Amino acid sequence: MKPLPTLQIDNLSVNFAGSDGPLAAVREVSLAVAGAECVGVVGESGSGKTQLFMAAMGLLARNAAVTGSVRFEGNELLGAAAPLLNRFRGSRLSMIFQDPMTSLTPHMRIGAQLAEVLLHHQQMTRREAWDLARTMLERVRIPDPLRRLQQYPHQLSGGMRQRVMIAMSLLCNPALVIADEPTTALDVTVQAQILDLLRTVRADFGMALILISHDLTVVGSIADRILVMYAGRIVEASPAEELWRAPQHPYSAELLKCVPTLSGPLLSRLATLRGQAPLPHEVGAGCAFAPRCAGATEKCRRERPALSGSAVRQVACHFPLSA
Amino acid sequence: MRGFWHDAASRLRRNPAAVAALLIMLIVMLLAVIGPWLNPNSTDALDWAHVAASPGLASAHWLGTDRLGRDLFVRTLAGTRVSLAIGLVATLVSLVVGISYGAVAGYVGGRTDHLMMRMIEILSGLPLIFFVIFLTVIFGRGSALLFFTIGAIGWLTMARIVRGQTLSIRQREFIEAAIASGAGTARIIVKHVIPNLMGPVIVYATLTVPQIILFESFLSFLGLGIQEPRASLGTLIAAGAGEMEAAPWILLVPGGVLAALLLCLNIFGDGLRDAFDVKER
Amino acid sequence: MSAAILKVSDLSVHYGTHAVVSEVSFDLAAGETVGLVGESGSGKSSLARAILRLIDSSGGSVEWLGEDLLMCSAARMRAKRRELQIVFQDPLASLNPRMSVGDSIAEPLRIFEPGMDAAQRQRLVAAMLQRVGLDASMAGRYPHEFSGGQCQRIGIARAMMLNPKLLICDEAVSSLDVSIQGQIINLLLDLQRETGMAMLFISHNLSIVRHLSHRVLVMFMGRLVEIASRDALFAAPVHPYTRALLSAAALRSPVEPPAEASPKTVGCAYQDRCRYALPLCAASAPPLAALESDLWVACHRAAEPGFRYS
Repeated sequence: MKPLPTLQIDNLSVNFAGSDGPLAAVREVSLAVAGAECVGVVGESGSGKTQLFMAAMGLLARNAAVTGSVRFEGNELLGAAAPLLNRFRGSRLSMIFQDPMTSLTPHMRIGAQLAEVLLHHQQMTRREAWDLARTMLERVRIPDPLRRLQQYPHQLSGGMRQRVMIAMSLLCNPALVIADEPTTALDVTVQAQILDLLRTVRADFGMALILISHDLTVVGSIADRILVMYAGRIVEASPAEELWRAPQHPYSAELLKCVPTLSGPLLSRLATLRGQAPLPHEVGAGCAFAPRCAGATEKCRRERPALSGSAVRQVACHFPLSA
Repeated sequence: MRGFWHDAASRLRRNPAAVAALLIMLIVMLLAVIGPWLNPNSTDALDWAHVAASPGLASAHWLGTDRLGRDLFVRTLAGTRVSLAIGLVATLVSLVVGISYGAVAGYVGGRTDHLMMRMIEILSGLPLIFFVIFLTVIFGRGSALLFFTIGAIGWLTMARIVRGQTLSIRQREFIEAAIASGAGTARIIVKHVIPNLMGPVIVYATLTVPQIILFESFLSFLGLGIQEPRASLGTLIAAGAGEMEAAPWILLVPGGVLAALLLCLNIFGDGLRDAFDVKER
Repeated sequence: MSAAILKVSDLSVHYGTHAVVSEVSFDLAAGETVGLVGESGSGKSSLARAILRLIDSSGGSVEWLGEDLLMCSAARMRAKRRELQIVFQDPLASLNPRMSVGDSIAEPLRIFEPGMDAAQRQRLVAAMLQRVGLDASMAGRYPHEFSGGQCQRIGIARAMMLNPKLLICDEAVSSLDVSIQGQIINLLLDLQRETGMAMLFISHNLSIVRHLSHRVLVMFMGRLVEIASRDALFAAPVHPYTRALLSAAALRSPVEPPAEASPKTVGCAYQDRCRYALPLCAASAPPLAALESDLWVACHRAAEPGFRYS
C-alpha cells in the first residue's frame, strides 16, 4: 500500500470578494507531494501560485473564500481551528517567504526569534533552545553564529537573513517546507548559494520541498517535478527533466523559449508571448491561454481542457505538443 | 485627455451619500439666500405680541420667536448665511495660503523649509485671541476683517499638514521622473505634488469649516465678532442656550441647522476624498 | 566605432562618508548599447542618477557632447534633459497617479514646446502610444488601470517623446514577468534601430544584458572592475568577480564562501571573496587598467600570462 502523501490538495479554489462579484485566484487545483520529493511550482503574475499555498496554510485574509481539501500527513487543514493549525505551522509544515526583511520581526534579536519557535512547539529550556538555534545557524553555514544570534535582522545582509529563515523553518524537523520565491529578492551570487544550501538541507534532513517561483531556471535547478500554473490552474505537471526537454503545454513551451540564455545562440529579437495573462474576471469559459496561443481553435475557446495524462505526466490542453 | 478635476467630479457624482449631502447643503444655502422672500418677517422686527412663541406652521412665525419676539425662521436663515460665508471664505483663505506655504516649504526643503517652519511655530505660539483683538483694534470691527483674520489663522495647521504630505510625496519615483523630464520646481509643485496631496487636505478642510464656525461664535460671544442685531448660527445658539428650559426651540432650530450642516460637510468631505483618491476605495 | 557622446570621468557619489560610486570612468558612443551589471550595493543605480544629476555627485565630470553636465547651471541642465532620458525600475511608481497617462506622456512636450497647440500635442501623444504598442484611446486612463508591462510602455513613451540621444534603462524589465520582458526589450531594440539613440542598460540579469549590449561594464562596490566587449566578457571573463557572476547566473555550484558586506578601506574591495587573492591585493586597490584596446580590468593579476584563461 502506498504511503500517505505528505501533502494532498484536492479541488482547492480561492475566491476573493471583489466589487463586482467574486474573483477567482485559484481554480480547482489538485496536487500531491509525496515523501521527500521537491516540487517546483512555476507561474507568472496572476497564476495563483502564491495564493494556493497561502490558502493551504490558512494564511489568507478574511475576505478570501477557500473551498476544497488540504490534507497534511492525513490531517485536514482547511477549516481547522487555529490550535490545530498552529501545531503544524512552523514545526512539521513551515514556510519561507520572499522578503526575509519583512518576515523577520525587526525589533527582536535573531536568537530570540529562533528560540521562540522552538519553545512554542517543543518542550525545552531557554538555554537548550538557544543552543539548538546556534547549531542550526551552523548547519545553514552562517559564520560566527554566536555573534549572529545576538544581532537584529537589519544588521544582516539579505542573503544572511534568508539563511536565518531557512534555519527557522528547519528547527522542528519539518516534513514539508514551502519556499515562496526564496531567492527573488537576492543577488545572483547569493541566489546560487541559497539554492545550493536548499539542496544540501534536503539531502541532510530528507524533507519534502515545494519551491514556488516565476523563475524557470531557479526551479529547474532543484526540482524533481514541476507544476506549471496559469490563470489559477495547473496546466502542466511533469518531471523536471522532461519539461525542459519536451514541454507539452504551449504555455510551458513559450515560457521556456522566453528565457534568455547565457550560452545559447544570440537573438536579434527576444522570444516573447504576445498579450498578457488574463485578470481573474477576464477568464472565459474556454481555455484561459487560448487568446495568446498560436494553435488555439474554436474548441479551445469554447471548452476548457481538463488536466489529464498519466500518473507521472499531465497536461491541460486539447492539442498538447507531442514529445 | 480629460482633466483631473473633471474625472474627480464624475466619480463624485456616482457617490449617492455625497450627492445627497451636497444637495441638502445646497438646499439649505438656497433657503438662506431666498429666505427673505419666503417669509414676510424681517430679521430685526420685534413682535411683542409673540415673544418666545413656540413653532407652528399655521402661526405667523413658522419656527417660533426668540426672547425678543424676532422670527426664528428668518433669523436662522440669516445666521446660516453669515456662518456659511465665514466658514467657506475663511477655509478658502486657509487652503490657498496653507497649501502654497506648506508645499513650497516641504518640496524646497533645506534652509528655506527650516525658516518657514520656524515662522509657523512663532505664529502658532501667539495667543489667538490677542491676535484677533489686535487686528480688530487696528482695522475696526467689520465682518470682512473677521473673515480674513479667521482664515489667516486657520492656515497654520493646513500648512503643517501639507508640508508633511509633501515630504513623503517628494520621495516618490514619479517626482524623480518629472525632474528627469526637465520639469522645473514650480511645475513639479503645482502639477505633481499638490494634486497628490488633495485627499487629506480636502478632508481637513471640511473639518475646518465647523471649527471656524464655532470659533466665530466664540469671538462673537466675546464681543469681537458678529454683533447684535446681526446674527450668526453661533450667536443664535449661544442665545438659545440660555433659554433651553423655557423655550427649547430657540436653541434647537439654529442648533439643528448647524448639526445638519456639519453632518453633510463631513459626508461630503469623505466623498470628495474618495473622488480624489483614484485608487483608494 | 563612432565618437563618444558621453564621457564619464572619475565620477564619485558619497552618502555621508560612504562611497557609493568611486571614480568611475567610461565612454559611450552614439548608437551604442552599453550594459551595466552589478549586484545590490554595486552603485549602478546611483551612477545612473549621478550622470543625470538626479542626485549630487562628490567628484568627477560627465561630459555630454562636449559639455560637463555637472558644471552647468540648473537651467542649462534642464534644457539638456531632452537629450538624456531614463526609464525606471518600478513602472507604476514612476507615473503620477493623479495624471492621466496621456498627460504624463505629454509632459515633456509641455515643458519643452510650450507653444505647441493642444491638437498637435494630442496627435503626437496618440502616435507615441501606438508606437509603443498601446491603443491611442487609452490616453485618458490612469496608471493604476494598467498592468506592469503596459505602465513600462507608457514610461518608455514619455522618455521617447523628445527623441533623446541617450536612454538610460535602470532595471527597466526586472519587475516584469518573463513573458513580458521580451516584449519590452524588443520594443527598446526597435526604438533604438529607428532613432539611432544610445542606451545604457542597467541590469542584474546577465542573460538579458548579453542579448542587448555591444559592450558591458561590471561594477562591484562602487567601482568598475571590468569593461569588455559583449562577446569577450561572456566567453572569457577576466575579473574574478565577473567570473563569479557568470558562474552564479548559470547556477553552477558557487565556489566562494558566503559574502560579508564589509567595505574595505585598503586594498581591493573584492579580496575577501576572491579565490585568486594575493597579499598584494590586500595592500593596494588595483586601478582599472587596459589589457587591450577594448578590455579594461581592475585586478592586479589580470596581466599575468595565462590568468585570462585560467
